[in-house]
Amino acid sequence: MGSVLDFLAAVVAASPPIVFAVLGETITERAGVINLSLNGTLMLSAMAGFAVALSTGSLLAGFAAAMGVGALVALVIAFGSLTLRLPQVAVGFVLTLLCRDLAYVLGQPYTGRPGPQVPHRPIPVLEGIPVLGQVLFGHNVVVYLSLLAIVLTWLYFFRTRPGLNLLGLGEGPVAAFVRGIDVVRARYLYTLLGGALVGFGGASFSLLVDPGWSRPKGIDGTGWIALAIVIFGNWQPLRGALGAYFFVVLQQLAIKLQSALPNVPTQIFSTLPFPLMILTLLLVTIGNAEWVQRAIGALPEGTRRLVLRLLRGLQTTPPAGLGTTLEQE
Amino acid sequence: MRVELRDIHKHFGPVKANDGISLRVEPGTIHALLGENGAGKSTLMKVLSGYLQPDRGTILLDGKPVAIRSPAEGIAHGVGMLHQDPLDFPALSVLDNFVLGSPGPLFLDRRRARRELERLCAALDFRLEPEAPVSSLSIGERQQLEIVRLLWLGAQVLILDEPTTAISAQQKAKLFAALRALAGQGKTIVFVSHKLQEVEELCGPVTVLARGRVAGEVEMPCSPERLVRLMFGQAIATGKRAPVPPGEPVLELERLTVSDWRLEVRDLSLTVRAGEVIGLAGLEGSGQRLLLQACAGLLRPTSGRVRLAGRDLTGRPYRHFLEAGVAYMPGGRLGEGLIPGLTIAEHVALSERSRSFLVDWRAAARSAAERIRHYQIRGEPATPVEALSGGNQQRTLLGLLPPSLRLLLLEHPTRGLDLESTEAIWSLLDERTRRGTAILFASADLDELLDRSDRILVFFGGRVVEMDARTTTVEQLGERIGGRGFD
Amino acid sequence: MEATRRRAIRDGLLQSAGILVALALSAVVLLGMGVSPWEAAARLVGGAFSSPGDIASVLRTWAPVLLCSAGLLLTFSAGMWNIGIEGQVVMGAVCTTGALRLLQGVLPPWAALLLSALAGLVGGALWGALAGALRLYGNVNEIFGGLGLNFIANGLTVYLVLGPWGRPGSASTSGTEPFPRALWLPAFPGFDVSPYEVALGLLAIAAVAIVLRGTYFGLRLKAIGQSLRAAFLLGVPTASHLMAAFFFCGACGGLAGWVLVVGASTRHQLYPLISGGYGFLGVLVVMLANRRAGWVLPISFFFAAIAMGSVGLDSSLAGVIQGLLVLGVLFSQGLQRRYLPREEGS
Repeated sequence: MGSVLDFLAAVVAASPPIVFAVLGETITERAGVINLSLNGTLMLSAMAGFAVALSTGSLLAGFAAAMGVGALVALVIAFGSLTLRLPQVAVGFVLTLLCRDLAYVLGQPYTGRPGPQVPHRPIPVLEGIPVLGQVLFGHNVVVYLSLLAIVLTWLYFFRTRPGLNLLGLGEGPVAAFVRGIDVVRARYLYTLLGGALVGFGGASFSLLVDPGWSRPKGIDGTGWIALAIVIFGNWQPLRGALGAYFFVVLQQLAIKLQSALPNVPTQIFSTLPFPLMILTLLLVTIGNAEWVQRAIGALPEGTRRLVLRLLRGLQTTPPAGLGTTLEQE
Repeated sequence: MRVELRDIHKHFGPVKANDGISLRVEPGTIHALLGENGAGKSTLMKVLSGYLQPDRGTILLDGKPVAIRSPAEGIAHGVGMLHQDPLDFPALSVLDNFVLGSPGPLFLDRRRARRELERLCAALDFRLEPEAPVSSLSIGERQQLEIVRLLWLGAQVLILDEPTTAISAQQKAKLFAALRALAGQGKTIVFVSHKLQEVEELCGPVTVLARGRVAGEVEMPCSPERLVRLMFGQAIATGKRAPVPPGEPVLELERLTVSDWRLEVRDLSLTVRAGEVIGLAGLEGSGQRLLLQACAGLLRPTSGRVRLAGRDLTGRPYRHFLEAGVAYMPGGRLGEGLIPGLTIAEHVALSERSRSFLVDWRAAARSAAERIRHYQIRGEPATPVEALSGGNQQRTLLGLLPPSLRLLLLEHPTRGLDLESTEAIWSLLDERTRRGTAILFASADLDELLDRSDRILVFFGGRVVEMDARTTTVEQLGERIGGRGFD
Repeated sequence: MEATRRRAIRDGLLQSAGILVALALSAVVLLGMGVSPWEAAARLVGGAFSSPGDIASVLRTWAPVLLCSAGLLLTFSAGMWNIGIEGQVVMGAVCTTGALRLLQGVLPPWAALLLSALAGLVGGALWGALAGALRLYGNVNEIFGGLGLNFIANGLTVYLVLGPWGRPGSASTSGTEPFPRALWLPAFPGFDVSPYEVALGLLAIAAVAIVLRGTYFGLRLKAIGQSLRAAFLLGVPTASHLMAAFFFCGACGGLAGWVLVVGASTRHQLYPLISGGYGFLGVLVVMLANRRAGWVLPISFFFAAIAMGSVGLDSSLAGVIQGLLVLGVLFSQGLQRRYLPREEGS
């Protein structure tokens, strides 16, 4: 039992980067914008966070710089797609490559240098709680912030007025406009906010989970997975967070299995989580395909009902207004 | 609240949707705004509610001029509009839809909102389930939700844009009762419609719009003939079509039922012979499109059979219909019919559906030039189709059709075209009928329907009635379109 | 016509402005690295062209980029974002390696090379078709489907390199057993690049240009890319053509993978991430070339030159400059379309 708890604790400890990335992108996509540059942004903000923290000696400055970088990249996306009406995928794709390369180029002087790390700060009383305490409260500020972020995002979406407006904005920009929501302004704001959260996630990688900067850096590829997890999470904070933890579990399992099976090469395990996530994605989106609908229609009644129920549970449908522009006279 | 619109002008490109309209609506009345498609009713109301900005003109509420720059400002002034297509959030719950956009503190008090929702619903005898997703609601229920929401936000003026297009008789009765109750409370109701029977039943003052202008103001009761004449104008005598002796049956529909998420055309049986022209009349969204798409093989019928020249093609893919000699020309000329970014010559090459590998561009250019000549298209083979005018785009679409066709299906072939283009298009179509092509076309132009068709099918809410084009008058057709005689 | 000429000049100026801004930003980045922009420019150009050996390096990089761009021109024409091109390159390399392992010693080298080319082509094509099928029948966005398949292809490579095809006695991921010289593409004497690689790339571009401009298939792809619905109504078999676009793009990618294994100066082995970003680079090239085959030639050459020249400075620098250029041009096009609409109405 102890090792299971240790395992879970390790999962939570390694989770902040991807949790923040998923939450940030969920917010952005709920507003109707796809930030495809996630992978590049994570890397660039990770590098920037570490570089600034190292130069200034202040962790706070590092995290702030990373958030700034994340927001800046998001600004480019927002400007390109909302004001210039360029296809979001195009701008995002170029930026993801650009930011990754930029991270490596500008990060050269910081490669391999030891730098500040987020200190270990277990919460005194809460740590003592039997199961949860060890898993959740024996970590550091950033981990606690990640947990808080999940809760706050959920609260915002489902308990506040502006949060409801955000949901509406994503579902129906025209209807939102009719209700008095300034669609373009809101999209800009939420894209920037999402970008800042992603930036924070990037810094939490280079200043906590895998301290320092190197080349290549392990965070490469996480951004793509985060995009997939947002879909898997049906654009909801809780389910998205679940997906994020699931992915980290896969990664940690890979590490465990590696020590258990020393003959099998490491890279297999490190690459395995990625295709698994994509396969899960296929599973949740395939229900929408027309031929599947027809095939289901041909099934006998009982089986059909079961399959439909399964699909509906897994089903993800994007916010109806995702990726669209609001055309107005 | 008294509403006055003074000299409202609104144009979209070259089209003048509202050409100097002045209107006055008194509180406590249900004021009808009547007119056929394209008369400018929706535009005018969108201006009033703040969805659109007029080019010129003033809005006065209770005698005071106001500027309404957005729908939010509209509702702040007490003007709320129920749009024809529900503008709500299908994925969210009824309660969330009700609350979204309303002013208030940061944290939502869903319990209080729920009480308000239930109170307002009870007052109007609506029954809405707060937790249900709006996507599960019928159109009528979505309307009820929107009405209740607007009232909650303090609407004193309620505009309903074609509210009864797709709701059941029961819901209509409830809606009308609610509207009467609200009018009784002193609210101002504007009822935009084209359905004479309902206007007769519900409304007091009526303003008729035609072609962007006020055609007349009457007070109910009023004879439907007068209303129709105001709506559709005098019938201009144009040359009637020389009838072509009908040939073999080309299209046979046997108890056909087609539907989409809104509407169902049920149990339609029809035989069309070579050389016949059938006009499909009715207001937008009454089922004409469904029929055309079913005959083209683009929509699978729920039941019934579609036979082309004796062959049963029900449920076969579109390609089989094309090979059987059917052609479908959609209403959206650019984007559905023609491909923006491609030239006329490229379209010609595409439509020839050649089996060869390489394109002989010179032959394609020659063929394109030939068709340009024959169809008198104002353009060159190398002209991109988006640079053509509407009339020339339509001619191009016709020019792309294969030389011999069994069945031609057209959605609004002459919409937005001037008289000369319309005449030219029809002479080309007549030529085809003389060669044995049968034509089904949907149109909103009554004169066109009466002059060019042999028979007319009138659609109303999915139901179909057949009329003989030669013996029907404009007034009779207009009334049928408005719904008379369908119950 | 005076108006169109004026407009063309104005558009050209705006594009150039975008490029200049991109170059200016690159200069800023270089300054941030502590390198003088002029010195860097000199080294980039010099590094690419200072010696015949360097030119050979540029050509060597050029070939796979050309092949990928050629294939991508097809999918872009059909309106698809084939991000899976990287995986298609990898699968091409995998199949090439597999075929060579089977055939080496069994058939004369030239036959083995030819057959392995075929294997690589087919491998990439099938991988592309898989991405297409995921999109058409699985309703999975081609970007994510492609990405996933990229990951899977790389995972497969790792497995093969460390497992069945691994070098005996070595547990590293440095690659499979390098192939003997006989199985390398013959190079220009003294230089490190084979005429076959470059010729193949040029051939691919020429072929795609002909297909797009002169065949019904190309015309139909263009129609699909502009308006899927209208193309369908006009009778274009949209599903089969989309699948074909993915198939042929994958084939080009597969050939790029073949070149990366048997080319004159490659490592002559299969190793993880062998696709080296050439696929994505092809996407950038096609975007910058505004999807025109003619422009792909100079732009891909230019990008290859930057890639080679930047080896001395920082291998990722090329990516930065390339990315900034595409972004600059994209934004200038966006500005142009948004704020300076066409003068003549339609």
